[in-house]
This record gives sequence, structure tokens and C-alpha cells, in this order.
Amino acid sequence: MKLIVAVVRPEKLGDVLEALFRAEIRGLTVSGVQGHGGEMEQVETYRGVTVKMELHDKVRLEIGVSETFVQNTVEAILSSARTGEVGDGKVFVLPVEKVYRIRSGEQDEEAVTPQDPSLAQMLAQLEGVR
Amino acid sequence: MILPGSSFLAVAVVALQAPVELVGADTAWMLMSTALVLLMTPALGFFYGGLVRSKNILNTLMMSVASLGVTGVVWALIGYSLAFSAGNAMIGGLDYAFLRGVGLEGGDWGAYPHLLFMAFQGTFAIITAALISGAVVERMRFGPYLTFIALWTIVVYAPIAHWVWGGGWIGALGALDFAGGTVVHVNAGVAAVVAAVLVGSRKDYGRQALLPHNVTYALLGAGLLWFGWFGFNGGSALAANEIAALAFVNTMLAPAATLVAWMLLDSLRSKKATAVGAATAIVVGLVAITPAAGFVSPLSALAVGAIAAFPSYYIILLRSRSRLDDSLDVFAAHGMGGLVGALLTGVFAQAVWGGTDGLLFGAPQAVLTQAIAILGAGIYSGIATFVLLKLISLVTPLRKAAREEGIGMDVVLHGEEGYARGEGAVLVLADGFFSDSGPNPTVPVGRIDTAKEAV
Repeated sequence: MKLIVAVVRPEKLGDVLEALFRAEIRGLTVSGVQGHGGEMEQVETYRGVTVKMELHDKVRLEIGVSETFVQNTVEAILSSARTGEVGDGKVFVLPVEKVYRIRSGEQDEEAVTPQDPSLAQMLAQLEGVR
Repeated sequence: MILPGSSFLAVAVVALQAPVELVGADTAWMLMSTALVLLMTPALGFFYGGLVRSKNILNTLMMSVASLGVTGVVWALIGYSLAFSAGNAMIGGLDYAFLRGVGLEGGDWGAYPHLLFMAFQGTFAIITAALISGAVVERMRFGPYLTFIALWTIVVYAPIAHWVWGGGWIGALGALDFAGGTVVHVNAGVAAVVAAVLVGSRKDYGRQALLPHNVTYALLGAGLLWFGWFGFNGGSALAANEIAALAFVNTMLAPAATLVAWMLLDSLRSKKATAVGAATAIVVGLVAITPAAGFVSPLSALAVGAIAAFPSYYIILLRSRSRLDDSLDVFAAHGMGGLVGALLTGVFAQAVWGGTDGLLFGAPQAVLTQAIAILGAGIYSGIATFVLLKLISLVTPLRKAAREEGIGMDVVLHGEEGYARGEGAVLVLADGFFSDSGPNPTVPVGRIDTAKEAV
């Protein structure tokens, strides 16, 4: 299993979610964060006081997936979150020691969605055909 | 003041009439009404602002607030004259251009100063232009928007106001429009549809859920609109008299009926009465009673309000499933509400309540007259709005690029955020800001905690 952590532009979140759902990736956590990735500064003015916004609003997604889904997930995020400009964000893939599903007590591969890798392969093929 | 067979507000100014003596009560009520109607425009900003995404709240508010400035100036310079000075059946003249001859005397407009009548009418022009913004929020560029509402006030609003109230052909027809069902609401509703088509849909429209970011603002705005509308309708009696009281009470009753009907429709459809629905219902009820307020009985006002809920409710459902991104349903609320209200004015108007008798009281042709007025105003508004926006789009793009639309209009167009947290904001100091006279010239330009502290 892997934990995929992605930091993306908030205005791209809709596209990313759409891409993930298309790839049949269902379990995820989203949080609003602020960060700095070297993008061009955004200048704002309030009552004559000019400020550079050094930190930009970003969205962080955390997705626990089984090994077979890692590539699909990463590709879905890469293709949907990119604008080509500095500040598009990053995707981190982290090893996971243990996963428990609270409701059922299932563990590890059983506890991350989706559980059926053959379904995923089938969908990936379908996507390829399309 | 009531001129039989013509609009209540018809004040075609005949030169050289004996001045009307000022009446304190009338002057006081018109002063208050003008302030009430002015409040409706920022209220509209909050109504609209609550319904957009948080990244566009300031731009949406600014589209209304800017109308207070742009339309206010245009109205004083030229708009008022084109609407209300003596002219022909189509448009007024230039007698009052730059407020020349608009003094402090009473006259055909009522027993209060002419200048006050100009201001009262100005508040109507301001909100009418701002109403259109609801169809183009979240993507239209600010400069073309301001250009558009300035030209629109001159080319569309002023002539239609003249047709109905300034001695033009609709007033002469005998059509009834107490406070602007046709002039304000049908007009803005049709212009909104044309603007939505020409500016185009938001990039995510129909693809992603575009949800209201602050429904509490929408309700706050609707509540303040209702409050201001007492001046809009009550003030349109142009005197502190019994007609003002009738219009005032009808302004309370009609939206109440719309609200009840709307909550029932909501409950029947989804078993829940929604808050966004309630805010919308209030506006629809207010719009619908506007043309009828001083012409119908209070019970008829309840009927007008209740009936008006139905077409607007279902048009909103249809519209949101269509490709037309009239983002905040200006047509459903104002176009449809105004149309239904204006037609029902021809049904429920009663001579004993200040109008001329309508369909229910033995004069079925009144409905036809109302329909002609609606069609005339609607068709002209649609065509003229199309031409204006087309012309502007030939000079400069009407909307922002998709990428900037994604970032949000507040940052892109105004360089501000509605809900700035200030974390990570770095103060930028102009060269020499701390020069000799500064309190502490040795402090280097650097990082401070928040933008707020900088202020």
C-alpha cells in the first residue's frame, strides 16, 4: 500500500476529483492548506498598503491505495492538475506500514479502496481503448 | 396627481406651469424613499455575492457597488434628461442635461423639489443596471462591464423610463406600471439573458457544481432588498398619501404570499424548504408586486405574490438544466417576475384602489395593453443590449481567460481577497516611504506578520 499526498491548485481540485473518480479511486481526504512553491507573487492592495502574498492557497489530497492503483492515481493527478505554470503543486508517494478500516476492522490492502485490482485493470484498458 | 388613462408616474414635464407649492410630508417621504432605494443596490450585491463562489465575492459586490458610482453619474449628466425632460414619444430631450434647470421647486413630479425627483429616479436606474450583473458574474471583465452599464443606462434604461413614465408611448397607451415592473424588471431580465449569451457561460458551468459560498449573505441581501423596496414602491406614489400607504402594505403582503407558495413548492419537490429558495422567493414577490403596488387591493397583492411564485420557480429549475448560464437567474426572478406582475396588474387593478380597472373589474383589454408594454420594452431591451455588448466586444474582450477565471475575479480584477487571512503577506514599501521623515528609517523593508497589522 502507498499513501499518495498531492498538493494542487484549489481551482484545479474539481478537475482532479473528476479524474480520480474516472479512475475509480474513491477513498480520499481533502484539506485546504497554504504553501509556497516558487510561483510568481500575487500583489494585493488594501487601503494603499501593497502586499505580496507569499503563501498561496493550495489543496492537499491524501489517498491510501493498493499497489496496483498507485500508477493510475498518480497519472490521474498529474494529468488533471497541470496548468504548466510554476505553482502547479507536487505529488508524493509514501510507503504505508499498516491500514485499518475503522468500520469493519479490515486491514491493509483490504482497507484501501478499491479492493479489486482486476476491475481497475479493466477500467484502465477501457480508458486506453477510448 | 392621478392622470386617468395614463401611468401613475407619468410626469411629462410641461414647461411654464405654475410651480407646485412644496409639502413637508411629501418631501420628507421622498427623501426617505430615495435613501431606501439606494440601499437596495448594496443589498443586491450581498444577495448576489452570497450566491457566488468565495473567490468572486468582491467582484460580485463591486458590480453592484460600482453602479452606484457609474450609473449615478451618468444619470445626473444625461440619463435623467433623456428619461424625463420633454421630448417625443420615444425619448426625452436635453433640457435637463447636466441638471440644468433641475431646481428645488415643486412641479408635475409632486409637491417636493425637482432635484429630489431626479435623485429618486436615479436610484432606480442604478439598481436596474446592477441587476443585470447577476447574469455575468464570475467571468466578465470589470472595464467592459462598467462601459456596458454606463451606455446601457443611456441607450436602454432612459428611453424605456421615458416611454412609461416620462410622457412616452407606453404611458400614453394607458399601460400601468406603478414602480417599474416593465421599466426595471422586464428590462433588466431580458438584458440579462442577452448578456449571459454574449459573455458566454462560466468555464465550469454544467460540468462542476457551482455552489453559493455564503447563503447567509443571500438572505441578508434579500432582507435588505425587502426593506429598501418599501421606498421603491411606497415612494413611487410620489407623495406621502394614501396611495403610498397602499403600495407600502402591498409590498409587505405580496412577498409574504410568494414566500409561502415557494416554501410549499420546495417542500413538495424535495420535502425541504430551502433558504436560497426563501431568498429568491422574497425577490420574486417584490418584483411581481412592483408594477401593481399602488393599483390593487391588499388581497389582490397576496394573489399576485402567490401566483408569481410558480413560473419563476419552474423556470429556475429548467434554466439550471439548460446551457444558458444566467448565473443568478436574473431572468427567472426579474424578467419572469416582472412579466407576471405586469400582466396581473392588468387583471387585478381597480379604480377604487388607485388604478384603472383591469380584467377582473370589467376591462379585459387592460391585459392586452400590459402585454404590449411588456413586449415593447422587452424587445427593445434585448436588441439594444445585444448591439451594445457586440460593439464593446469588438473593441475589447468581455471576459477573462479560463485560467484567470479559475483563480477568481477578486484577485485577478481587484487585487484583493474577500476573506484574506493575511498569513504569508509581505509588506511592500514604495521607495523612500521611510525616508527622512519616517518614524524609524533604519527598519529595513521586510516581513511582517499580517497585512492587517500593516494597516
